[in-house]
Amino acid sequence: MISYKRIEKSPVELTKQDFVSDQMVKWCPGCGAHAILAAVGNVFPKIGYRKENFAMVSGIGCSSRFPYYVDTFGFHGIHGRASAIASGLKIANPGLSVWVATGDGDSMAIGGNHFIHVIRRNIDINILLFNNQIYGLTKGQFSPTTPLGSVTKTSPHGTIEHPFTVSGLVMGSQGTFFARVPDNNIKLMTEVLYEAAKHDGTSVVEILQNCIIFADKVHEQVTNRDTREERQLFLKHGEPMIFGKDLDKGIILNGTRLEVVELGKNGINEGDLLVHDMYTRDPGIHRMLGWMKPPHFPVAMGVIRAAPADTYDDLTERQIETAKKNSKIQTVNDLLRSGDTWEI
Amino acid sequence: MAKKQQVRELEDVVVKFVGDSGDGMQLTGTLFSDVAALSGNDLATFPDFPAEIRAPHNTIAGVSGFQMHIGRRKIYTSGDMCDVLVAMNPASLKANLKWAKPGATLVIDSSTFEEKAIGKAGYIENPLEDGSLEGYHVIKAPITELTTESLADLGVDKRLAERTKNMFVLGLMFYLFDRDIEKPLEFIKQKFKDKPKVVQANQTALKAGYNFAETTEAIKITFKVGAAPLEKGLYRNITGNVATAWGLLAAAERSGRPLFLGSYPITPATEILMELARHKSLGAKVFQAEDEIAGICSAIGASFGGSMGVTTTSGPGLSLKSEALGLAVITELPLVIVNVQRAGPSTGMPTKSEQSDLMQALFGRNGESPLMVMAASSSANCFHYAYLASKYAMEHMTPVILLTDGYLGFGSELFKIPDVNDLPSITPPMADPDDPNFKPYRRDEKTLVRKWAVPGVAGLRHRVGGLEKTNIDGNVSTDPLNHQLMVNIREEKINRIADYIPLLEVNGEPEGELLVVGWGGTDGALASAVTRMQEEGHSISHVQFNYIKPLPKNTLDVLSRFKKIVVCELNAGQFVNYLRMLFPAIPYHQFNKVQGLPFHVQELTDIFIKLLED
Repeated sequence: MISYKRIEKSPVELTKQDFVSDQMVKWCPGCGAHAILAAVGNVFPKIGYRKENFAMVSGIGCSSRFPYYVDTFGFHGIHGRASAIASGLKIANPGLSVWVATGDGDSMAIGGNHFIHVIRRNIDINILLFNNQIYGLTKGQFSPTTPLGSVTKTSPHGTIEHPFTVSGLVMGSQGTFFARVPDNNIKLMTEVLYEAAKHDGTSVVEILQNCIIFADKVHEQVTNRDTREERQLFLKHGEPMIFGKDLDKGIILNGTRLEVVELGKNGINEGDLLVHDMYTRDPGIHRMLGWMKPPHFPVAMGVIRAAPADTYDDLTERQIETAKKNSKIQTVNDLLRSGDTWEI
Repeated sequence: MAKKQQVRELEDVVVKFVGDSGDGMQLTGTLFSDVAALSGNDLATFPDFPAEIRAPHNTIAGVSGFQMHIGRRKIYTSGDMCDVLVAMNPASLKANLKWAKPGATLVIDSSTFEEKAIGKAGYIENPLEDGSLEGYHVIKAPITELTTESLADLGVDKRLAERTKNMFVLGLMFYLFDRDIEKPLEFIKQKFKDKPKVVQANQTALKAGYNFAETTEAIKITFKVGAAPLEKGLYRNITGNVATAWGLLAAAERSGRPLFLGSYPITPATEILMELARHKSLGAKVFQAEDEIAGICSAIGASFGGSMGVTTTSGPGLSLKSEALGLAVITELPLVIVNVQRAGPSTGMPTKSEQSDLMQALFGRNGESPLMVMAASSSANCFHYAYLASKYAMEHMTPVILLTDGYLGFGSELFKIPDVNDLPSITPPMADPDDPNFKPYRRDEKTLVRKWAVPGVAGLRHRVGGLEKTNIDGNVSTDPLNHQLMVNIREEKINRIADYIPLLEVNGEPEGELLVVGWGGTDGALASAVTRMQEEGHSISHVQFNYIKPLPKNTLDVLSRFKKIVVCELNAGQFVNYLRMLFPAIPYHQFNKVQGLPFHVQELTDIFIKLLED
């Protein structure tokens, strides 16, 4: 449950309609971003904070139009800097629920530095990372998550650079919360966003988003509705890692590696499977889950990691409270008169 | 014991302590100037240290210095040439002798003048023996040796003993200047309170130095600098960077908007970040960002969130902040950017001062991107201008760049402590909760200022950002006429701040032969030179600009009343070209120096006399 410790609860029950802005949504028809907007519309009333306590911050790119489409306080920043702007906003005003809408170009390339540092500091903001593996708004250049060899407008002979795995970057930055969802599963996305809001610290939610114009079907192998039960592992805390249309496959730890097994074969049963612990601080299994990809593994979906840790914003408040209690300097006049002074 | 010495009464005196980076010259200088201040002198100080933390021992590159100018009259600068030079090793003597006046007193640690160190400094012969110091009043003493001897009974190790020699020389200097040593002894006790052995060693060395000076025949003259006629009040010594930090804190307190600083360490601005980080009890939130861009962007986020957003930097950092400055301009949020200028371009000379960034502050952004630019003109008035920059930023909902410089930031002077309640009020234009007429870009008719609508306040939900917005409603727009309108409004909004800033005040007659024009940190040197020439009967006046954009409303009027105008700057002519652009009918002379050094009063006087004669 949401704690309402620092952020005030809404005295009235809100609905999805309360968060619809008067702006025309200008994303392409069929863009995965529409689903994200729908999930946010679902989850904000469910989170239950006062409407005025939500703030959306974005950088540049298709994703970053998001603040215009939600009726909250909104800040449309500059390329790559959403995390830095959101950091200042949250530290200055801890009573806000701060959400960042960003993309793979915005956060992994030009804003990579801010992205890793906000995660390291564990500032209590929620980052919606629209990963469509392409620069959409500039019309089709490869991004830091574009698969090796992809032909795009700036890689007519195929890309020759290795892509980031978002989860790897988040865990490498000592992230405390990472979740992944496909854009065609609004129900799961809504659940995951609620978990992100609940988590104290920087929450990164990677959304496998389809760009229908410049990178159509890049996630198809994983997200296709007909085959997704075979290609996706839906993680639930405390439950064994089972997947497959007939729930006949699972994940075990074999030595130091994860392995896909079939239940009932070679004497393997449900009791042998790994049980998901999203709250453990040890990132070992979380890292391996984040890395899983076809053809040998399903892609892990849901909350992979939600490890408790102090947040920067909370520590800031605590240091200030302590200093206010203990310091002789209570006003600027006290400060001006502290140390060596003399009367003339 | 008592011996006959000549006592020389001085109006003012320039003293410089120089030594190897590890010799503790900054502490020595600070202590000496604190005691001068307590004795009622007016003063200004300036540390002169290398960028390297510990350059190779006994080399010119490793020389660290601390200069101060003390007097019984008004002191404007830390001084040009020194009257007393204290040199702790050959390299520091070699590097600084050129800054000593003819006949100056040289206090030299002769223990360090060994063959190897003499060679490392670049001397061929020992300067203490080759007659090259004739014409100076030389007090040479084996200071290191005497310090070690004085500590022999304390059982301290050799290293500590050698590191204490700065206190010996300080004791000697206190005798030379007829100062009481009770206060510095007490200071040592406070500073090293957890290390009784260090306290004892330092106190012993200080006393030993004082006693040595009292008995040595080498001291033929002592100095007396009487108290200056300062305005009554409570005083302290303050550096420009600390004054800036405190001015920001005062503005936050008076405005009721909490201070948020987003900043990245950079010489010579880092002390502001360090100082503000100490004051959590005043509610200051200090965020040491991952880079300059995050510094300013976090401050913009904080301003959007209702705090007084501040970022502090120096020239290269301001370059990195350019794009975000434009964001603060178009979102019309309050933001204070302090730029402690240093010599450029690029990394340039980080520890050397220069008026390097006036053009960058005015124009260094994409698009039509006007903001307010101000400049502090003394170490102490950094407090005042940091306060006012915050006031204008909040009351006029605009980024304000405050230019100081390394010379002001590192330098110190006496500061008459104000009562925060007596400072001008600060009234940010907060939007009222549930205001039915609220629109993000609805403006005050007179000032064109929009309301500050803080997230969390009911009924004020809105969106701002870097895209052009319609006036009043604040919706994204590429409408050609709306863009023209918004460009005009943003410029006009800044220009109208001219109604709220003071008029220029002329130092001297309001008309005449020559007007000396300066801005920012050169005030002390220009005022000294002009005052001196006025006393000699020349028709010369001086104005110093603290407001660069907008300029004071009487600027053209002031400039029009003189036959000649000379604009003096520590750059290649940035302000003079700004004036040429705005007031092209006025003929300007210019005097520029770009050496990483402040103006010397003598070089200014020479130029002014030449201009008056031509």
